[in-house]
Amino acid sequence: MLIKLARLSLWNRRGTVLMTVLSLVISISLLLGIDHLRHEAKNSFTSTVSGTDLIVGARSGQLNLLLYSIFRIGNATANISWESYQRIQRHPQIAWTIPISLGDSHRGYRVVGTNQDYFEFYRYAGQQQLQLAQGEIFDDVYDTVLGSEVAARLGYQLGQEIVLAHGIGQVSFSEHKDKPFTVVGILAPTGTPVDQSVHVSLEGIEAIHIDWQQGAPMPGRRVSAEQALEMDLTPKAITAFLVGLNSRAATFLVQRQINEFRGEPLTAILPGVALAELWQMLSMVERLLLVITVLVLLAGLVGMTTTLLASMKERQREIAILRAVGAHPRTLFWLVQLEVLLITLVSLLLAMAVLMVGLWFGQDLLASRYGLFIGLNPIRESSLQLMGLVLGLALLLGCIPSWLAYRRALTDGLSVRL
Amino acid sequence: MKVGQPVTDKPKKYVIELKNLRFRWPGRQGWQLALDTLQLEAGQHLFIRGASGSGKTTLLNLLSGITTPNEGELWLQQTPMHKLSAAKRDTLRAQQIGVVFQQLNLIPYLSVLDNVLLVAGFANQEARSLTDRAIVLLEHLGLEVALHQKKAAELSVGQQQRVAIARALLLRPALLIADEPTSALDADNRDAFMRLMLAEANESGTTVIFVSHDQALQRYFNWHLPMDQLEQGVQPC
Repeated sequence: MLIKLARLSLWNRRGTVLMTVLSLVISISLLLGIDHLRHEAKNSFTSTVSGTDLIVGARSGQLNLLLYSIFRIGNATANISWESYQRIQRHPQIAWTIPISLGDSHRGYRVVGTNQDYFEFYRYAGQQQLQLAQGEIFDDVYDTVLGSEVAARLGYQLGQEIVLAHGIGQVSFSEHKDKPFTVVGILAPTGTPVDQSVHVSLEGIEAIHIDWQQGAPMPGRRVSAEQALEMDLTPKAITAFLVGLNSRAATFLVQRQINEFRGEPLTAILPGVALAELWQMLSMVERLLLVITVLVLLAGLVGMTTTLLASMKERQREIAILRAVGAHPRTLFWLVQLEVLLITLVSLLLAMAVLMVGLWFGQDLLASRYGLFIGLNPIRESSLQLMGLVLGLALLLGCIPSWLAYRRALTDGLSVRL
Repeated sequence: MKVGQPVTDKPKKYVIELKNLRFRWPGRQGWQLALDTLQLEAGQHLFIRGASGSGKTTLLNLLSGITTPNEGELWLQQTPMHKLSAAKRDTLRAQQIGVVFQQLNLIPYLSVLDNVLLVAGFANQEARSLTDRAIVLLEHLGLEVALHQKKAAELSVGQQQRVAIARALLLRPALLIADEPTSALDADNRDAFMRLMLAEANESGTTVIFVSHDQALQRYFNWHLPMDQLEQGVQPC
């Protein structure tokens, strides 16, 4: 009976109730959406690199090393000599390494000098290996394999020739025009910075810099692409390398040994730890975002309370009638709370539906624009907790009009102040 | 006013019995209502004449159990209402007291039938089992079946007042309290309303307490109580 009353009473005021529901749907879907993106972004972020036990670079802070080696952000302070790399590589506990040589770019995208091991051992999002969408892994010195975003944004096809630029700016004045690279492969999307990378062999990096010194072409000395192939293209240095160990248990031992390496000052970091630290810094922003959405939600709920309070005036008659037929004042309290419950539940369900439809449509956009791979299902423990919180807050604020109904019922009795 | 037997008799004879009733609003000086004796037997319909502001509302709130007297006793049949908790008085009102207001008795967005059956839930009764009685009552009161599913707001004022009577009498209560139920009706409707109300009340075995300032309606009642004499604590009649 009470439910029927609440339902029909709301339907009777459907104009204002609809607006209330609308504002709640917007704020709730915003809240749940932000929460969902938060989790997905964190997942996507922390799974940027996996399967790697250590990242090694010149001595620096662990965030700096993580940023330039994995996220292609910032610069290395120094390089690692090829000799040191070779020596460490021979460590009995080390199963594989992926060398990374940075410093060049192509139209704003970082160039990563590496070798075939990159495609064999690099893992992201659990145990996923890099997959080629088209073509094959580079084999020749002047071959390049593009990340999916690079190819898609710049519209590159297999067989196309591209020129690398020295330095990492969007616009570069010194290009390696004399030694163009041929696109031989395009990787499938990964949702990691790999998508934004241009991969070439270490020998390729060496070749384009063979007639350079101190970051500029040596005057009067030109080595053509063909001539370079004849020369010794063994790299002199690399920027960083990723390490896979035979046994996880050896991680700290090997880390200490690398940190204490006598040849040159090196730093070895645990990617998981560094990723977590980096995420903590980034999460300031997302927490702020969450706070803002909670405030938006509060505004929506206060709006609902206001609407219900405003309706109490026109409902004095209803209260008197219900009192006359024997309703307790507390029944009227629960009647208004029931309306709050109905409004909130409908809003929660609609918000969830809006969010799911939004994700369904937005998924491709997010993936193609931002390389963010978002799951379609926003229901998880935290979203259920948030929904519970919304309901709790709604009922708490609903106490205000409900209490007013209770007071009215108690004091006005059967008389109606019109 | 003293009806029938002296006060010393057992209260169960009376539908309603008031003894030395005193009421004052909190924070006010003096009694707003003082009524030494009022006894009504079943079928003794009472007409209370009084303009608004004459303590009429207070008396109705007391009789219907919305408020309790500061002093004195108020018995509805065998039940001492002055001793009951607020919640018990509410339930008692649902079961034993029908109330009809001047106007706007119905919840506008409920159907006519649902308005009549509204009382069932609060009296802890199954609405479904009362549907037949509700339909019969409505028909007796001149509201044909076609109207029963209409929303209350779509009815004329006269029809709405008759629906209110049907609701008030649905559970065959001991007492029907009517507060100027005819004030919004024209003369023809008013007389028809009075006849239907009293006929149905008699059929249900319900005693009517009718409040109005309209002296013309006094002729329908054998028992009269002028309200203006209550304030001074004067025992009427």
